[in-house]
Amino acid sequence: MEKAIKKFWPVFLLPTLAAFVIGFIWPFLWGTYLSFFKFTTISKTTFVGLDNYFKVFQDQTFVDAFWFTAAFTVVSTILINVLAFALALALTRGLRGTNAFRTVFFLPNLIGGIVLGYIWQILLNGLLTNLGRPLLALNATYGFWGLIILMCWQQIGYMMVIYISGLQNVPGDLLEAASIDGATSMQTLFKVKLPMVMPSITICTFLTLTNSFKLFDQNLSLTGGEPGKASQMLALNIYDTFYARSGAQWKGIGQAKAVVFFLLVVAIALIQLYFTRRKEVQQ
Amino acid sequence: MKKILALVLAAVLCLALYMTVSAEGSVYYLNFKPEQDAQWQELAKLYTEQTGIPVTVVTAASGQYETTLMSEIEKSDAPTLFQVNGPVGLANWTDYCYDLKDTEIYKHLTSDAFALTEEGGAVKGIAYVIETYSIIANTKLLEKAGYKAEEITTFAKLKEVADDIQARKDELGVDGAFTSAGMDGSSDWRFKTHLANMPIYYEYQADGIGATDAIKGDYLDNFKAIWDLYITDSTCDPSLLASKTGNDAVAEFVGEKAVFYQNGTWAWNDVASLGEENITMLPIYIGVDGEENQGLCTGTENFWCVNGNAAQDDIDATLAFMEWVITSDEGRKSMSQDMGFVTPFDTFTGEYESTNPLVKIDAAYTASGKTPVTWNFATIPSEEWKNALGSAMTAYAAGTGDWDAVVSAFVDGWATEYKLSH
Amino acid sequence: MTKVYRDGSVSGGRRTLDACLSILLAVLCVVWMYPVLLILINSLKTELSISTSTVFALPTAETFVGLDNYVYGVTQMNFLSSFGYSLVITVSSVLLILLCCSMCGWYITRVSSTTSKALYLLCVFSMVVPFQMVMFTLSKTADTLKLNTPFNICIIYLGFGAGLAVFMFTGFMKSVPIAIEEAAMIDGCNPIQIFFQVVFPILKPTMISTAILETMWVWNDYLLPTLVLDIKRYRTIPMAIQYFRGSYGRVEMAPMMACIMITVLPIIIMYLLCQKYIIDGVIAGAVKG
Repeated sequence: MEKAIKKFWPVFLLPTLAAFVIGFIWPFLWGTYLSFFKFTTISKTTFVGLDNYFKVFQDQTFVDAFWFTAAFTVVSTILINVLAFALALALTRGLRGTNAFRTVFFLPNLIGGIVLGYIWQILLNGLLTNLGRPLLALNATYGFWGLIILMCWQQIGYMMVIYISGLQNVPGDLLEAASIDGATSMQTLFKVKLPMVMPSITICTFLTLTNSFKLFDQNLSLTGGEPGKASQMLALNIYDTFYARSGAQWKGIGQAKAVVFFLLVVAIALIQLYFTRRKEVQQ
Repeated sequence: MKKILALVLAAVLCLALYMTVSAEGSVYYLNFKPEQDAQWQELAKLYTEQTGIPVTVVTAASGQYETTLMSEIEKSDAPTLFQVNGPVGLANWTDYCYDLKDTEIYKHLTSDAFALTEEGGAVKGIAYVIETYSIIANTKLLEKAGYKAEEITTFAKLKEVADDIQARKDELGVDGAFTSAGMDGSSDWRFKTHLANMPIYYEYQADGIGATDAIKGDYLDNFKAIWDLYITDSTCDPSLLASKTGNDAVAEFVGEKAVFYQNGTWAWNDVASLGEENITMLPIYIGVDGEENQGLCTGTENFWCVNGNAAQDDIDATLAFMEWVITSDEGRKSMSQDMGFVTPFDTFTGEYESTNPLVKIDAAYTASGKTPVTWNFATIPSEEWKNALGSAMTAYAAGTGDWDAVVSAFVDGWATEYKLSH
Repeated sequence: MTKVYRDGSVSGGRRTLDACLSILLAVLCVVWMYPVLLILINSLKTELSISTSTVFALPTAETFVGLDNYVYGVTQMNFLSSFGYSLVITVSSVLLILLCCSMCGWYITRVSSTTSKALYLLCVFSMVVPFQMVMFTLSKTADTLKLNTPFNICIIYLGFGAGLAVFMFTGFMKSVPIAIEEAAMIDGCNPIQIFFQVVFPILKPTMISTAILETMWVWNDYLLPTLVLDIKRYRTIPMAIQYFRGSYGRVEMAPMMACIMITVLPIIIMYLLCQKYIIDGVIAGAVKG
């Protein structure tokens, strides 16, 4: 069987493999390679060693963007997961209209990042003007919370759906046993339900973490990084370095930033994996 | 006889060959001004119909010109015609620029001041539109308050008039002397770039220079005076300025809720509903000696460059297209009337002079012997500098920052950014 | 409060709580839909009547313009062609990804060679890599290979999106017993027949969830088409929306909102029609991922 399939590898493997090489492997290797060079066009490159990497950390905008992104990721991950879990709890009580609620809450997830950004920019700027406050683009604090609100609106429904499916898989006899033992609803929640939906929590945390950390479209359309670069996140900062900064050195630095960014994402993924593994051992 | 015939034939053949080769060229114009996108598309279509040479016009989204150009120029099918905003912009793109010295379009320029010339004489960029900005004033409201535009020839007088209007705003039925700002991306360039040009201009004048690697900020006290005037005699409290957009400022001026509105010739369509007879322009006085002779701020930050790395066919096609735009009836009509441009070319005479009333006001100032203020913001070291200055000015207006931060952004920021980009 | 105990677990207190919760959730639903409603309302107003301070006002007799903004947006901005390009790109990319990656996923599970293992690891790895890492080199590569039209950009999407799809298909295949396939082999089927006649039908649920996840990605993607597509000829919807910002900061708000509505409405309709599949797809994707 295996041998027979193996003979047909040009049919099964080759198309994906070829596209994978074009769309990922080659650009990835080439990108890593270019991060050690100074270049404006790829025909004129000068080897500079690790120079680009030193400059990445000297670039204050990158460091600022890192802290902004980190703060944003933490706040949005916590908020989205807590709120999504709360909604999931409410929607698994068998209330009337549960389906309609679920439909509405999930909807924003299907709208693209650019469009979302403009929708919220119009709404939030209107709100801020009527309150006599500075516009989103003029105050990084409002920009930050604007992004948080936007992300919550977009992601809560998605995570809620995952939590609902997790909660529905909690065995009914387990809950019954808990209530016979006289557990309060709080105790049931923390001692029975939460541990049972741990896999869902892991997935949702992972998704929100990476989504927030890699956020680009929403950042570009809602605040565009304004004021100055104070609401710029890492992905936008890299894009900006590549395509908006003029000067010969910036492309190489941009590529180096991208490598650093990539390593950060890998680190987050590995830490996440580590915690997942540890929990699996316990269960 | 046979020989001559053969020669003529060969020549015709060569010409024919040359023509088919050049007909294979194509034009790709990456346009900067979205307001004129429709007109450019139309012109391109017309030209293709007449000559068969394909012309593609792509307009970059606002604030995305540099990023679009940067990603497009790397492609195999790169723009053949693009634009830079002046010497600083040119510095980044000079390797891509074709020398326009021997082209027809350069020969039609009325003055060398409108070309970007490098040391050694290579012409890398050619301006295609001249614009003027200043304080647009509503003369009807001014007269109602008992003043005439002609009386205002110094900063002191401007301040006196503005303060008086502000004090009597209820009686006059206005919300303030000046429109609100719009300090977000919608119109912050009116201040962080255009207004900031004033102290730069006077410093350059005093030192007799045209660019610098470190600005001293000698005229920043004057800059503070005019900015204070803008934000105190305004339609809203200074702390609320940051919640207004450029669209709001237009609405206030057109709705006759404000008397003064700083903007330029490109804004005519926005304010046209007030009527040509009710509008004039005042120089931006900032309290410098001899400013009675100051005119309006006139210049350009739109220079055409031809991509020298493109195929020769494409370069030729592009040059031919540019020439057609400034010499043909269709091109001249489109640029002067549909786009409303004042151009620096000698082909735009008679019926092809601009009909824009704000342009006429500027011409009147120049005719009466006033000295136009040049645009020096093309020498500003980077966009970063403007953004930092804009943020500091906003914070100062809102009361959350002090003037020292503005000074620091202006002076220290200049040196830092200059070093970074050189 | 009625204190009727229908069964032991439902008390009057709980009913009150449920009633309150229902009301709260209903209010929340209205809040949740408000941003979209706001855009809808403003897309029916005149351009001049929209400013930051009047954005919450309902249209009045003077400011109501009906569908004018929609007509303007669609005709002036060439929005329908953007819609078409987005559709072509999404459909072709998703179909290609489904076909190629399901075959690849099956091969990887059924053939245990080093190549399979290496490819699988690479796919997992590629899911973590942010697009910014390859954005410059990928757009260069696509330009060199002329993969810059809506009709062949799907190859790029297959390359960059293969990771997730292959991962999902292998995840599912591992739990499918090999017995049926072996039986088919004994019956004289070659691997291609086995795949399309035996394996393909089994993969249907995974196909749907993968299709939904990939569709949501490709349809809404902004940066990849912006950098890769030949912008002289083609604009996708997210790109077209970006182009409403004029120079000197002026935004044509009314037509922009009309076009946002044109973008959002089909999504909402699609969603309401295939809600069950979409939500099941998301759950299935999450459990695998």
